[in-house]
Amino acid sequence: MTQQEILSQVQEIFCDVLDIADLSLIQSTTSADIEEWDSLSHIQLVVAIEKHFGVKFTSEEILEWQNIGDMVKSIEEKF
Amino acid sequence: MTFNQLKKLSKQSDKNFPVIRIALLGDTATQLLATAIKGMGQVRNLNVELFEADFNQIEMQFLDKNSELHKFNADFAIVFQSTHKLLGKKTENLAENRLNFVKNILNKHSGKIIYFNYAEIDDSVFGNFANKLETSFIYQIRKLNFELMNLATQTPDLHILDIASIQNKYGRNFMFPPAIYASTEMVLSIDSLPVIASRIFDIIGASRGIFKKCVVLDLDNTLWGGIVGDDGLENLKLGHGFGIGKIFVEFQEWLKKLKERGIILAVCSKNDESTAKEVFEKHPKMILKLDDISVFVANWENKADNIRKIQNILNIGFDSLVFLDDNPAEREIVRRSLPSVCVPELPKDPAEWLEFLYGENLFETASFSQEDKERTKQYREQAERVSFEQSFADESEFLKSMEMECEIEDFTKFNTPRIAQLSQRSNQFNLRTVRYSEADIQNLASNENYKNFAFSLRDKFGDNGLIAVIILAKQGKNLFIESWFMSCRVLKRGMENFALNAIVRYAKENCLEKIIGEYLPTAKNKLVENHYQDLGLVSLGNGKFELNVCDYAERECFIKTKGGTK
Repeated sequence: MTQQEILSQVQEIFCDVLDIADLSLIQSTTSADIEEWDSLSHIQLVVAIEKHFGVKFTSEEILEWQNIGDMVKSIEEKF
Repeated sequence: MTFNQLKKLSKQSDKNFPVIRIALLGDTATQLLATAIKGMGQVRNLNVELFEADFNQIEMQFLDKNSELHKFNADFAIVFQSTHKLLGKKTENLAENRLNFVKNILNKHSGKIIYFNYAEIDDSVFGNFANKLETSFIYQIRKLNFELMNLATQTPDLHILDIASIQNKYGRNFMFPPAIYASTEMVLSIDSLPVIASRIFDIIGASRGIFKKCVVLDLDNTLWGGIVGDDGLENLKLGHGFGIGKIFVEFQEWLKKLKERGIILAVCSKNDESTAKEVFEKHPKMILKLDDISVFVANWENKADNIRKIQNILNIGFDSLVFLDDNPAEREIVRRSLPSVCVPELPKDPAEWLEFLYGENLFETASFSQEDKERTKQYREQAERVSFEQSFADESEFLKSMEMECEIEDFTKFNTPRIAQLSQRSNQFNLRTVRYSEADIQNLASNENYKNFAFSLRDKFGDNGLIAVIILAKQGKNLFIESWFMSCRVLKRGMENFALNAIVRYAKENCLEKIIGEYLPTAKNKLVENHYQDLGLVSLGNGKFELNVCDYAERECFIKTKGGTK
């Protein structure tokens, strides 16, 4: 799976979990850019992404992502 | 139902739903649990007003008289102290210390508490030897859970949310998310939250009178394997050694236990009645007997119509019925025609049914009394009364021939559980729908500003048990009917007249002048909309009614007072 494919699937998950219809993610998007992305919804996003891709993140990964790009990289590394 | 669905629902509210005030206190991050609770409220037709205490404030909120918790005045205070946070404490006397903490909370709080028991964590410090060692962590946690049950048996307002059982069913790996715990303070997985929220509302619902009262059962391939009309009695799969026959035996054993705790069993089957009944009478492996079934309907008509017939005979709400049928098509028909009937989507394989049904937790209750065991018999007698009544053209002739006798009692420690239960179970014949806990009933019994009546009715078919309750508040020269609720089993028997006569007699003896009644409408009590007018009270507007005691002429009824002349 390419980074772009992962990104577009992650975007769909964000739309669903955060309940936003027109969300556009790029590698440099951070939680500061999206009001609904707070520490609580972050947990939901993590769980939803894990389920969708069939992967498991470590506790450090969950804490250390700075932006969407980091997230996508973590997913890519697990394939 | 997923957490994400609950989260979306949590933002809604429906102006037709009643409001319920819930306080949530925990020693870990409970924000997502709070969201799940709000969302589940919408699923259960309640608008949740939630107070979430700041992190780790359980003790402070309860002990401080001026705390936000006390000001909030919750209908239910939910306390979730996690096992996880106990891991760092000394194991010596752990159970006792925690138990004292719970008792302390109970002393400082008036109102219902839903207390999470402790999901077990085996820390493997002693291996299996922990079971032989009182100071091991697992020994203390199990002791604590056991003692909590003991405490709950003595404390009507303490309800245990059995998270230990939920973890038993779904597994610790499902319940506890280590990576998420490390980065947050959450000890419950997102996927476990809907289950937990659902169990919380099972408890809340039961104490508000919402619970299941009757299981309607299909027969062929549901109570036994095979089709009796085609395969014949002797070829049914039922009992060990007959294919998966032991599965159906165990299924019936479970139903029998439900029946013995007061759930009514009814049969609704597409069969010839005599063929169907023959299995109950003659098959040696049948656990359920005809005596266990309150209403038996076997014919070739539509199942939805037959369930309407059963509901009509039992006179209980459709939402208190559970319909169990192996056939997805029949389930769908019933679901479409009778949307309030609960129709579990039984797995294809009957071997899976019991575990599936355990997980659904359909039979939550807020009380259990001796009368529950008698219920099947009472409803069977009720079915006999219905056919007896049909043999009379004249209603008063029927009532006279019923040989009814009513006992009037105060509230006592013997009838308290049943009174609390009737207040929780009565939805249709309930003028103000105030729900009383056992503790509330005890308080009323000793309150001099109240006069309480509990009515028990017998007739020629048997004992109906305690079937009506009236709670009167003395207000100067007036008697206000704070509550009047009655079991629908005794509708149209003249109990209303009998009870009003009793109220007025009491008022006269105590030189009171007026009786004031009030009707508070709910979604379910339309039945008694005109109750007070029908009894001759005069409307004052706003749902209130009055009766001048001196103008009252005793109303006719055919019920004798036990120990009295009429």
